[in-house]
Amino acid sequence: MSSLVISDLDCQRGYNQLFSNLSFQVSAGEVLRITGTNGSGKTSLLKILAGISASENGDINWENHLVKSDEYQQEIFYLGHHAALSGELNSLENLEFLSALNKSTDQRKLIQALNDIGLKGYEEEYCTNLSAGQKRRVILAGLFVSTAKIWLLDEPFTALDPAGVKIVESRIEQHCQNGGLCIFTTHQDSALANQRVLAL
Amino acid sequence: MNVYIKTLSRDLRVALRNPSSVLNPLLFFVISVSLFPLAISPEAATLSQIAAGIIWVASMLAVLLSLNALFHHDYENGVLEQMVSSHHSLPLLILSKIFAHWLLTGIPIILLSPLLGVFLFLDDEGIKVLMITLLLATPSLSLIGSIGASLIVGVKNSGMLLSLLILPLYIPILIFASSAVSQAQFGLAIDGQLYFLAMFLVLSLMSAPLVSAIALKISLE
Repeated sequence: MSSLVISDLDCQRGYNQLFSNLSFQVSAGEVLRITGTNGSGKTSLLKILAGISASENGDINWENHLVKSDEYQQEIFYLGHHAALSGELNSLENLEFLSALNKSTDQRKLIQALNDIGLKGYEEEYCTNLSAGQKRRVILAGLFVSTAKIWLLDEPFTALDPAGVKIVESRIEQHCQNGGLCIFTTHQDSALANQRVLAL
Repeated sequence: MNVYIKTLSRDLRVALRNPSSVLNPLLFFVISVSLFPLAISPEAATLSQIAAGIIWVASMLAVLLSLNALFHHDYENGVLEQMVSSHHSLPLLILSKIFAHWLLTGIPIILLSPLLGVFLFLDDEGIKVLMITLLLATPSLSLIGSIGASLIVGVKNSGMLLSLLILPLYIPILIFASSAVSQAQFGLAIDGQLYFLAMFLVLSLMSAPLVSAIALKISLE
């Protein structure tokens, strides 16, 4: 079975050594939750896994493809702190661009994805008029149409209401059943079954 | 639709829905050029001599003014992170953004320049050469500018820094472009200047997207 293998990862930010010699492995079908206090390096770790930041040392490997290679990058979907939306565009336009950047299913499913995440009727709404939770839902709709195997979610439940959290959790479970894997951080309690925990 | 065309159309759409970001540099261009006759002399002989220089300096500063916005919003809202983590080529994504920037600043400057040339008593030959130099060199301005814009993307209050980084690289373009126009006014050959501007365009087209991609990755770390 394919798995994401992280070995001997070091991360330094400023004068702080956030973590060193971090090694772990996540197999397809698994959910890994990263916990830790503020500033412990959760976001830095996800950014390194997403190929946005570089690590001081170490290897990240998915099916013999190293991080930052095209084959690796097309298998990841990174959801960061920012909404990654332009206020001047409406939900659908933002989602179209987001799904073009990531490896996604066909574009016709985008409206369906917005419906599924509870944004029916907001397709034409400019994102500057959306609430924080609704903005989060737009980018989550982008996650749901992506065909990437590796989901890297930084605080995916922020600003979501309990119903929204349930939708995301059920989608993560479905993704893992379909052979994907998910690494996420959260400070909230998560009801996800079979989650492994990595404490930084 | 191809992701690079999508990036281009997205940038155009964002800019056109926020027209002040496009209009401010152009207004600056028109206003600064039209102030020179008031300050120096309204005489045709004086103005036609310095017209090319004035229009070229003003268009350069107008481009400089518009460069801050090239990556800034996408950095703030996290779209750049998505671009970097995407499997598509970052230099080509950046090239699409630069092309959008040129369509929104370079093209209007080229289209406005004959009108301003007439204001400054530039003759027909001068206006023609002015437009050719602008057409050849404004893409270089956007391309080279993107290097500076990507280097300062995370820096606050970086307006002055951008000028310091970019203006020295703009100087050769300014010298060759304005000398082409003034030589054409005397009926001299301008092939050399045009070849130089074309060479500069090819060079910046080859290198600027790559360098900007590296600079953006460093800024995002």
